[in-house]
Amino acid sequence: MLTIHVPVTRNGFGRTSRPDAWWVVPFLTFLGLGAFVVYVTWAAFQGDHYRFGPYLSPLYSPEIFGDPKTAWFGGRPSWIPSFLPFTPALFVLWAPGGFRFSCYYYRGAYYKAFWADPPSCSVGEPRKSYRGEASFPLILQNIHRYFLVVALIFLPILWRDVWEGFWFDTGFGVRAGSLILLANTILLTGYSLGCHTFRHQIGGILDQLSRRPIRKQGYRMASCFNRAHMQWAWASLFSVAFSDLYVRLCSMHIWTDWRIF
Amino acid sequence: MSGQVTFRIWRGEKGAGELRDYTTEISSGMVVLDVVHKIQATQANDLACRWNCKAGKCGSCSAEINGMPRLMCMTRMSDLPLDKPITIEPVRAFPHLRDLVTDVSWNYEVKKKIRKYQPRKPDNPDGTWSMEQDDIDRVQEFRKCIECYLCQDVCHVLREHSLHSKFIGPRFLVYSAALEMHPADTANRLPELKDDFGIGYCNITKCCTKVCPESIAITDNAIIPLKERVVDRYYDPLKRIFRAITGSGGD
Repeated sequence: MLTIHVPVTRNGFGRTSRPDAWWVVPFLTFLGLGAFVVYVTWAAFQGDHYRFGPYLSPLYSPEIFGDPKTAWFGGRPSWIPSFLPFTPALFVLWAPGGFRFSCYYYRGAYYKAFWADPPSCSVGEPRKSYRGEASFPLILQNIHRYFLVVALIFLPILWRDVWEGFWFDTGFGVRAGSLILLANTILLTGYSLGCHTFRHQIGGILDQLSRRPIRKQGYRMASCFNRAHMQWAWASLFSVAFSDLYVRLCSMHIWTDWRIF
Repeated sequence: MSGQVTFRIWRGEKGAGELRDYTTEISSGMVVLDVVHKIQATQANDLACRWNCKAGKCGSCSAEINGMPRLMCMTRMSDLPLDKPITIEPVRAFPHLRDLVTDVSWNYEVKKKIRKYQPRKPDNPDGTWSMEQDDIDRVQEFRKCIECYLCQDVCHVLREHSLHSKFIGPRFLVYSAALEMHPADTANRLPELKDDFGIGYCNITKCCTKVCPESIAITDNAIIPLKERVVDRYYDPLKRIFRAITGSGGD
């Protein structure tokens, strides 16, 4: 490649001619993502109050190992050493966690908010060296497509949880918790189907989409969701945490699950 | 909208210089380039400033207005806060020549390095090609680019880290995407994109998208799809196995 000499006028971390409050968005991103990680980590290690009636917290779904009465494969497996912590959430959270961590939108957001790389557009950075995603460790972000596959497997499981959330001891009914789980799963579906990698795999990889009409429709749908990927990402992030909080507080009898009909 | 406004303009040569204040009267409907021209005509006849069309189509009058890369001809005075001096500086990602003018010729040389359009054999006996509008829609977005290089300027890989020898910048990733996704093109640019053009250096901050005066979704529609194609070819072990089994192209 071509080399040119550009005398970089490096002003230092945070220096810019921008008069606006450029730091607000990265600061809010830092607070939002930080609060989510702290809450989810805390909730994942609790191991209780993740069910209430027909509701199952999305942080604990699917319940692969856990409560012997409800989990797919029974209680704590004997092959897990006794000194390791065990909750049903620890078996599943790696998948949605990895999906979000390697998501193109979140990458751009947390590189700015947590690593100041850059802090904001045309604002000075704290470091001189830069390797981007061209080498280890960030080259590993390319694993995103495999997390996408797992996330797509999780979606029908979450939709089954929504369906079960409408069935109570008295039969079919609608309560606040049913609608919260429904809204959460709609948001997660919108976020997953707007994924850049999904959009690429379903049709973006093709230069002549017109020859594959089904994939063309899939690409159009994914592009539609993708245009608001950031909004889907934030909305589903908060809805996941709130759904867990709702189930947890109802299970602890702090909140009452309002019956609609 | 009228009244006095102060412009703080970078004056100097080859990177050395200072910001100088110029106060002038503005009137309704003016854009930043109008005010710069007024200052040039009345207070600083030697002020160097590149411009051409005054319509946001030539990409000549790129500058940093209040710290953000923008076209001077497309920035309305009514959209700027006038209670403080307005800072006008040259773009920082390229060598400074004088005042608001920089040497952007590096971009022209980079463009020459990108593998040109190589169409497949003609589809029709008369030597023409048939293409569906659906297939061409995607690359037509990239053809809106006016080569103002604002995206190159705001990209921190060039601006902050000066990796001009390893990274071609958003503008030429868009150009590569327009060729690579073209329904009639047969050339393979993925090896260069990965190794010589440094697509892996982009960390998706979307600053290029924010400053694009043509509203091209640079990151979402050009850079990320190219990144995904590079992953398909070089970093996805299952796709490598699939290609080895089916014999569908090598690296």
